Amino acid sequence: MLAQIKKNMYESIWKSNPIAFQVLGVCSALAVTVKLEDSLVMGIALMLVVAFSNFTLSSIRHYIPNRIRIIVELAVISSLVNVIDELLLAFYFDMSKALSVFVSLIITNCIVMGRAEAFALANTPLLSFWDGIGNGMGYAVILAMIGSLREIFGSGSLLGVQVIPSFLFDLGYVNNGLMLIPPAAFILLGLIIWTFKALGGANGDN
Amino acid sequence: MTTHNILHLLSIFITSIFIENILLSFFLGMCSFLAVSKRIDTAMGLGIAVIFVLVITAPINWIINHYLLVPGALASIGLPNTDLSFLRLIIFISVIAAVVQLVEMIIEKVSPALYLSLGIFLPLIAVNCAILGVSLFMVEKEYSFTETIVFSVGSGIGWWLAIIAMASIREKITYSNVPKDLEGLGITMITTGLMALGFMCFGGINLSSDDSSNKNYEETIIPSFMEK
Repeated sequence: MLAQIKKNMYESIWKSNPIAFQVLGVCSALAVTVKLEDSLVMGIALMLVVAFSNFTLSSIRHYIPNRIRIIVELAVISSLVNVIDELLLAFYFDMSKALSVFVSLIITNCIVMGRAEAFALANTPLLSFWDGIGNGMGYAVILAMIGSLREIFGSGSLLGVQVIPSFLFDLGYVNNGLMLIPPAAFILLGLIIWTFKALGGANGDN
Repeated sequence: MTTHNILHLLSIFITSIFIENILLSFFLGMCSFLAVSKRIDTAMGLGIAVIFVLVITAPINWIINHYLLVPGALASIGLPNTDLSFLRLIIFISVIAAVVQLVEMIIEKVSPALYLSLGIFLPLIAVNCAILGVSLFMVEKEYSFTETIVFSVGSGIGWWLAIIAMASIREKITYSNVPKDLEGLGITMITTGLMALGFMCFGGINLSSDDSSNKNYEETIIPSFMEK
């Protein structure tokens, strides 16, 4: 059991990372990666949604009629996203404003749907839960990478703390404005995918 | 309708197509964008289906949101303090799923030819974030009914334009020599980035008709460019 969970985690973060190799879930993600903090919150939110939706759907998988399963999945997922949305509004108001509609858009994030279809409907609840955590983590890692690169080079800070020493600015160093605009996220993601593949993360068959 | 109003609608329209392109600056609808942009004709089909569904769902969601969900909307039936806005997400996504299903059935019945070209894309669209995104943005930006219609048409056309452009570029990329590990998804992302960069240059267009914002534009944007 434990070994299987571990193998599963390794695969979903590295070998078949949902963003880098399966093209899933790029939709609602890239817009929130200007700062590392936003990316982390978004990653964690998605991880929780995938994990719990996998768990719920897997627990009731024997009772879902096959023909209406998409509707059932959507209902479960949107309820979970609603909970996360309200929690953010209640305890983390500024972040909720910063992420604007993108938290709500987790509903249509293909990772959640994809994992429900591909894994949760065929496996036990506990295993599905960890599969959700693993895939959510794979997503969060990429988001955090893009988030930190964009924040370091775009605003010279990390999590709001200045990391590029100020004497460099005196010497004529300037923040890269490109990092703050949307195209940077695409280009960085392209480069990250390249790195992942070149380092052998891909299992070769795609 | 006054000139000001028409100009305002026109500005929403142009903004949603070029300046704030739903795909290139809000990243919505990326999944189907990446999956279906390999050939121009399929991209064309999906693009038109997206416009179609957007134009139907956004106004419906506006009506539901305005008459049922916003705080105080139920005052006429004696529930002035009821705030159903927490149901917004679930209702929006159900409306979208239902409309997509309905549209699919109607098209199949009425025009089999159109069904053959659009039909396969319709189920994909139910989970396209651009559709839900437009409904959510319209709530966030507090658009009126007319503005919502214009905004949904504009966003749809913007998405269609982006996927067509991408499909054309990808058909050309097939013939070029891309490093092995960058092939496929990697080079597509970078191309999208460059395309988004291209679309950024529309950002300087100022469409608003009143003078105060023109002045604002000159005061804020130009100096910030000059400093750089």
